[in-house]
Amino acid sequence: MVRRRAFLQMGSLATASLLVPRFLKAFDGKAVVPKGNRVLVILQLSGGNDGLNTVIPTYNDIYYKERPRLGIEKTKALALTEEAGLHPSLVALKGLYDEGELAILNSVGYPNPDRSHFRSMDIWHSASDSRDYWNNGWVGRYLDAQCSGCDKPTYALELDDMLSLALKGEQVNAIAMRDPRRLYGTANERFFREVMKQHVDEPGEQPVDYLYKTMASTLSSADYIFQQSKMSPTKAVYPQTQLGTDLKTIASLIYSDINTKVYYLSLGSFDTHVNQQFTQQRLFTEMNDAIAAFTKDLKANGRFDDVMLMTFSEFGRRVSQNASGGTDHGTANNMFFVGGGLKKKGLINELPDLSDLEEGDLKYKVDFKSVYATVLNKWLGADDAAILKQTYPHLSFI
Amino acid sequence: MSLSLKTRNHHLMWRAGFGPSVEQLADLETLSPTQLFKALQQSSKVTPAYMDVAGDYLDGLKAGLEEAGRQQKKELSQEEKKKMQQMSRERIRSLNLTWFKEMVNSDAQLREKFALFWHGHFACRNLNVYYQQGLLDILRKNALGSFRDMLHAVSKSAAMLNFLNNQQNRKDHPNENFAREVMELFTLGRGNYTEQDIKEAARAFTGWSANLQGEFVFRRFQHDTGTKTVLGRTGNLTGEEVLDHLLAQKQTARYITRKLYRFFVNEQVDEAKVEWLAERFYQSNYQIGKLAEDIFTSDWFFDEKNIGSHIKSPVELLVGIPRMLPMELENEESLLFLQKALGQVLFYPPNVAGWPGGKSWIDSSTLLLRMRIPQLIVDADELNIRAKDDDDQQMGKKNDADKIPVKGMNKRALIKATIDWKAYIEQYSKTEKDKLVDSIVGNLLMADSQINSSLIVQFSNSKSREDFVRSVTLQLMSLPEYQLA
Repeated sequence: MVRRRAFLQMGSLATASLLVPRFLKAFDGKAVVPKGNRVLVILQLSGGNDGLNTVIPTYNDIYYKERPRLGIEKTKALALTEEAGLHPSLVALKGLYDEGELAILNSVGYPNPDRSHFRSMDIWHSASDSRDYWNNGWVGRYLDAQCSGCDKPTYALELDDMLSLALKGEQVNAIAMRDPRRLYGTANERFFREVMKQHVDEPGEQPVDYLYKTMASTLSSADYIFQQSKMSPTKAVYPQTQLGTDLKTIASLIYSDINTKVYYLSLGSFDTHVNQQFTQQRLFTEMNDAIAAFTKDLKANGRFDDVMLMTFSEFGRRVSQNASGGTDHGTANNMFFVGGGLKKKGLINELPDLSDLEEGDLKYKVDFKSVYATVLNKWLGADDAAILKQTYPHLSFI
Repeated sequence: MSLSLKTRNHHLMWRAGFGPSVEQLADLETLSPTQLFKALQQSSKVTPAYMDVAGDYLDGLKAGLEEAGRQQKKELSQEEKKKMQQMSRERIRSLNLTWFKEMVNSDAQLREKFALFWHGHFACRNLNVYYQQGLLDILRKNALGSFRDMLHAVSKSAAMLNFLNNQQNRKDHPNENFAREVMELFTLGRGNYTEQDIKEAARAFTGWSANLQGEFVFRRFQHDTGTKTVLGRTGNLTGEEVLDHLLAQKQTARYITRKLYRFFVNEQVDEAKVEWLAERFYQSNYQIGKLAEDIFTSDWFFDEKNIGSHIKSPVELLVGIPRMLPMELENEESLLFLQKALGQVLFYPPNVAGWPGGKSWIDSSTLLLRMRIPQLIVDADELNIRAKDDDDQQMGKKNDADKIPVKGMNKRALIKATIDWKAYIEQYSKTEKDKLVDSIVGNLLMADSQINSSLIVQFSNSKSREDFVRSVTLQLMSLPEYQLA
C-alpha cells in the first residue's frame, strides 16, 4: 500500500502541470473552492503583548496615572469609541473596525494565571487548566478529530520550522513548514522515498511503524502542499516581512483546494520590559501591513467571508509601567478577530476595569477556553467539548 | 529464535548507557550481558567530580550586591541584573555542553544515563547557573544511590525551592506549589493524595529557603509549627518528616519504578514486572543501584519485544552518534541548536513534569531533521532551518531568563564536524565484502529493518572499502530505524 501511494504521487508530480486545469481558473479568476469552506488563521503574539497599549482606554484616568511615560495620548490613539482607541500603528485594523470586520474581546485569560512565558504559553497551547501539564494542543486535538486515519495531516499547518505544542495531537501532529518549495525539496530526498517504499507495516503497531507513518505522511504532505501552493498563487503585493511572506503563502493555499482549515503563525517578541514604545510600534507596523495586504487580497478574491484571523498572546502586561520604559508580565489580555463572517463587531465586551485589580494585574472576565470552544464549534463545526475535554460556554461573536 | 550475545549487549549499552562506543565493539561480541553490566556498574562507582562552570559568577554577583549595599541601593540596577543574567545564561550553555561531553566520553555510562533520567524527573528551570550546577551535582552523585537521599537533597536545593516558589511559602501565607509537585510529580503521582494533603504538607515546608550561595536555609520564624495531617499522619510535622512519610507510602516506590520502567525498558508497561521491581525497591529502602541491577540482569529485559522499541530522545540520539563516530565539532553551539530543534535542551525542560518522551519526540519536522543529521555532519550542509524564537526578552535583550540559549545559530546553522573514522573503519577490516552491510547494520540498528541491503548499497559510495563503510554507515544512521534503540 505504501508502495502504491508513493508511486502515484511521484507520477502525479511529474505531470502536475498537465493535471491541474489551470485554464479553467484563468477565466474565473476566483478560487476553486466553494464559499463556506471556512478557514481559521491564528496569529500568536509571542512574548506577552501589552494589551492596554493595544486597545487604549483613552477615557481612563487610572491608565494615564499608572503610565505617565508609556500611556498613549487620546489624541494619538485611533479612536474606536468615546472610551477606547487603537494603537497608532494599527491603521488597517482601525479601517477593518470601521467596516465592521474586526471584533475585539477584552479581558481574556484563565484562573490562577502563570506569569512565566513558557508555562503560560503551554497553557494557552494545550488549553489545560493552569495546574495540569498536557502534552498536546487544542489545534492538534482538532486535527485528531478531523484526520483519524487520514494520510495527510494538512488540516492544520504552522508557518515555522518547528511545530508548536498547540498543533500536536494525541494521535496526529500537524505539519510545520516555512516554505512549501523548501519542505518539498527537503522531503524529496530520493533515498528517503526509496526507503519508504520498502517498509511494510507489520501487524500490531511497532514504534518503527509509527516512524514510517510519520515519514509517509510528511512526504505526501510535502508533495501535496507544494502542488497546492502552485495551483493559484496570489498575485497580490505583500510586505517583504516574515509575516507578510507567511500570509502570502497562506493566501495562495487558501485559493487552492487544499484541505487546510487552520493556519498558525507567530510574531514577536512582544516582551517589552524596556523600550516598549519602539518595539511595540515596530511589531505592530509589521502586523498591520501584513494584515492589510492579506485582507485586501482575500476581499479581492471573494474569500474574506470564509476566513477568520484571530490573535492571542500568552499574557498581557501589568497596568503600571516599570522604571525602564516598559511593562512587566501581567495576566488578562485582549484578542482580535478579523473577518467578513463575524456576528458581533467592534468592542464586544467591556474594557478591563482598572479600578478592580489583583496585585496590580487585570482580572480575567472571559476564559480563553470559551473562545476556543466558540471557534471550534461555530466556525469550524467541530465537537468542542471532545477537543477541549470539557464544556465551556460559547460566546456569540461568531 | 534466541537473540545473539551481541544484540543483547548492544541493547544493554543503549538502555543502561548512551549506546556502544566504537572501542567497545569487539568486547560486545564476546562478553556476557551480565559481565557487561558488572563492568558498567564498576565504572559508575566513582563519585563524579562536581561540574563547575559557574566559576566567578557567584563572586561577581556577591561583589555586585556588596557594591549595591555600599550605594545604599536595595538591589542591583537593571543594567547590573542584565549583565549577571547574561553571564549566567552563557554558563548554563557551557554546563549543558560539559555534561553532554561527559555523556559521550564517560565510562560511567550507567550513572550518566540515570542522571539524565533524574534530570527529567526532577525537572527544573532556573536562570541561576550556580543553582543549576548544584542540582545537577545532587542528581549525578545520587543517580545510583538512595532515592531517599536524593529526594531530600533536591527538596532542599536552591534550584528547586526557587523554581517551585517555596521562597514565598511562609507561615500564614503558604504557597502550595512545592508541596503539590513533590506529591504529584516526584513521589506519589496523581490521584494518590487529596487537596487537603497538599495544603497541610505546604505548611510543613514553610520556612524552607536558600541563600545566595545556594545553601539550604531554614527560616524558623516563617515556619508553621502547628499540627498538620498529611496522608493520615498527624503531628507538628517538619518538611523532612513529610518527605519521609511520602517515602513510607509504597505508592512512591511504584510510581518511581513505573516511570523508570518506561524510560529504561519499554513504554508499554508490564504491570506485573513493575510490581515485582517496586516491592524490591521499597524493601531495599529505595536503593536505585539495586533496582537498576534488578532490571538489567533480568531475563525479561532482553525479551525481543523490548529490543529496538524505544524512540531515542534527542539527547540520546545526539550523544549516541559521536560515541560510535568520534568527532571534532568546530561549532559546539550546533549541539545546542540541534537539542532545541529536536525538542530537548538540557536544563530547559518544558515544565516541571519533564519531557514526556516516546512518540512525543516525533513530528514531521523533528523526524526529517533527525534523518538529515548524518548528512549535515559530513557535508557541512546548510541546515536551513530556524529554531523558534523564544518569547522572553526580559530586560529588552534576546536570550534571557528562561530563553533557551542558542546564540547566533538562528539564521543559517551549520554543523561543521570532522569525524575520526580510523577506529571505526578498522572494525571492519576483516569483514568479507559481501557481509559488510549486514555487519554495519548489526552495530547500528536495534530495530528490525525491512530495508533491503541492496538499496543501501545502491546509495553508497563503492570507490574504496573505506568510502563504502563510511557511506553505508551514514545511510543507516539516516534511517527511521536508527531513531530506535
